[in-house]
Amino acid sequence: MSQSPGRELLHVDGLTATVAGKTILKGIDLTVRAGEVHAIMGPNGSGKSTLSKVLAGHPAYEVTGGGATFLGANLLDLEPEERARAGFFLSFQYPVEVPGVANGQFLRLVYNTVQGARGREELDPLEFDDFVRDKMKLLEMDPAFLDRSVNEGFSGGEKKRNEILQMALLEPSLAFLDETDSGLDIDALRVVAGGINALRSADNAVVLVTHYQRLLDYVVPDYVHVMEGGRLVKTGGRELALELERRGYDWVAQEARAA
Amino acid sequence: MSTVASTWLDSLLSGHELFPEHRAGCWVNGLRADALERAHALTLPTPRDEDWRFTDLSPLYRLAFRAPVAAGALDAASLAPFDVAEAPLRLTFVDGHFVPRLSRLAEAGGALVLPLAEALESHAELVRAHLGGCVANGGSAFAAINTAYLHDGLFLHAPRGVRVPPVHVLYVSTRADVAVSPRLLVIADAASELVLVEDYVAVHQDTYGVNVVAEVVAGPGARVRHMRLQHDSKNAFHIGTTGVRLDRDAQYGALAVAFGARISRLDLHLTQAGPGARCELDGLALLAGRQLADTHSFIDHAAADGSSRQEHRCIVDDGAHAVFNGRILVREGAQRTNSAQQSRNLLLSDKARVDAKPQLEIFADDVKCAHGATVGQLEAEEVFYLRSRGLSESAARAMLTYAFAAGLVNRIALPSVVARLRETLTARTGNTEIVR
Ligand SMILES: Nc1ncnc2c1ncn2[C@@H]1O[C@H](COP(=O)(O)OP(=O)(O)OP(=O)(O)O)[C@@H](O)[C@H]1O
Ligand SMILES: [Mg+2]
Repeated sequence: MSQSPGRELLHVDGLTATVAGKTILKGIDLTVRAGEVHAIMGPNGSGKSTLSKVLAGHPAYEVTGGGATFLGANLLDLEPEERARAGFFLSFQYPVEVPGVANGQFLRLVYNTVQGARGREELDPLEFDDFVRDKMKLLEMDPAFLDRSVNEGFSGGEKKRNEILQMALLEPSLAFLDETDSGLDIDALRVVAGGINALRSADNAVVLVTHYQRLLDYVVPDYVHVMEGGRLVKTGGRELALELERRGYDWVAQEARAA
Repeated sequence: MSTVASTWLDSLLSGHELFPEHRAGCWVNGLRADALERAHALTLPTPRDEDWRFTDLSPLYRLAFRAPVAAGALDAASLAPFDVAEAPLRLTFVDGHFVPRLSRLAEAGGALVLPLAEALESHAELVRAHLGGCVANGGSAFAAINTAYLHDGLFLHAPRGVRVPPVHVLYVSTRADVAVSPRLLVIADAASELVLVEDYVAVHQDTYGVNVVAEVVAGPGARVRHMRLQHDSKNAFHIGTTGVRLDRDAQYGALAVAFGARISRLDLHLTQAGPGARCELDGLALLAGRQLADTHSFIDHAAADGSSRQEHRCIVDDGAHAVFNGRILVREGAQRTNSAQQSRNLLLSDKARVDAKPQLEIFADDVKCAHGATVGQLEAEEVFYLRSRGLSESAARAMLTYAFAAGLVNRIALPSVVARLRETLTARTGNTEIVR
């Protein structure tokens, strides 16, 4: 997409990881530069969400080999909150419900915490209210979602919108969006994709984990990777996604085994 | 009864004679004398008693208390943090003594709101008709001790159809080693409405004792809301007995909070005596250090078409211990009873302990009863989710702990009480940022 390659945001090198004693990631290599859109596709259980959680620092996942740098720093040395403050964002495949915490208060606390950590100005409740309502307009979200508990009782699609709202507030350098499209109806997909595109710039990048071409029609990838058995077994351009949509994954797996 | 316990009891009852007898022949004297006899005859509970298995009162029995001779000095300004702005009526008791100077006795919209000592004289018939009526068989040894001391407290009578503005009864402790015996009698006649805040606080952190009996009699269609805030000093001992009797279609909504006391115990006995009665009982204990809070509730569905909803939550840190025993009895005639009980417990440390037990006894065949008890830590996925958004681990934990408790507190209709409870929750959970 961009003429000259952007600066390197994420560099993952031979990353292996286990969860509950089971090896899931078996050597991941991935480089993401500013301005790029990557898509990661692959069958259920191949390790896509595991990769995203390992990169976000989920304590249940243990890194057993390889490394990952983010903006030049050792990502794996950072606590989850430090990764978020440094500009790494994960949109969860299954956003967590937090009963009893009002979404609006949560969003403001999160926003101000990250702003503070980045040495930027925090907003008081009134200022924040205007600010967040603006962002919600972008995602065509009803302000009533500010008064409800975080994600509690939200529909699948509403949760995904709330994730992208958090992305809009936190302005990450790298957003890892794990199946943000699943659960969205046709109109919502267009709106959310529009929101993602509006947040893109030459300084940031997006990694989309998805099963479907639909989202990629709106947010066009520069690279498409196929995950299979804990490895990225094939990388191509946007046309690879179209081919996968037509042919499924079997041929990729066979090709990978033959190689 | 062991000697240790009787030494304690003797010390407790030694000040008995300090309270002057009522005029000769007055029924109260007889009532107290009987109770005194009972107090001496009844055995004090030990962990060998099923109802006291987890609550060992021997630290209490080792103490000797002084009788509450006089109210400690206290200026109005030091009560500001405890003010319930929505309550035009406030009875303030300092070390067990009613202090008019620190009270607000206004026109109660046609209701009677006065110190019980006064009502014993001025409304003897009404008091006599109801006093002790909600405490089964005269109650436990503690209820008997309370009655032996019967002296003062709250008398609240809402005549038929009257709406009483919120009433605040504030018990403040200013001195160590004093034992007080508050007594509350609330009579809500048919179709009346009232809101009561029963409040225990201290301006020091020493040891003292509270042994309270509160009775609520709600007539047909009456609506009573009752907030019970136990925020005694962290070294206090608090024994509470609450008896509630609901007539046809009466409603009772309550929140009982246990924040303070080294050992606290609440025996809540609610009887749905008339058909169509409804109760909603919330309980919240927030414990740390070596605190123990024990709630034993007993909801007696004695009539048809009643409903009860109970939600009890405990947050237990350090080596603290929470006990909840929720007994629900649905008698044979109590058809179409609808009852739901939930006990949720959050353990914040390895040494924290919870004993939660639902106890359902159902003798009617057409009933809906649901109950559940959970004990656990904060959800790891919730903590990670908040951290992935940039919150520190401690901020994430504080927020989740706060949220666990705030859910119940937010149901209270008195903003000043909500604000005060939230403030305590904020301080105790370390969640400094979320509340504003
Ligand atoms: N906490 C866990 N405990 C045990 N197994 C786990 C855990 N997390 C992931 N796994 C296992 O790791 C494998 C990869 O799971 P992951 O969620 O990464 O797959 P995915 O590629 O995201 O799949 P999907 O497309 O269905 O979302 C699966 O076999 C899964 O069961
Ligand atoms: Mg997944």
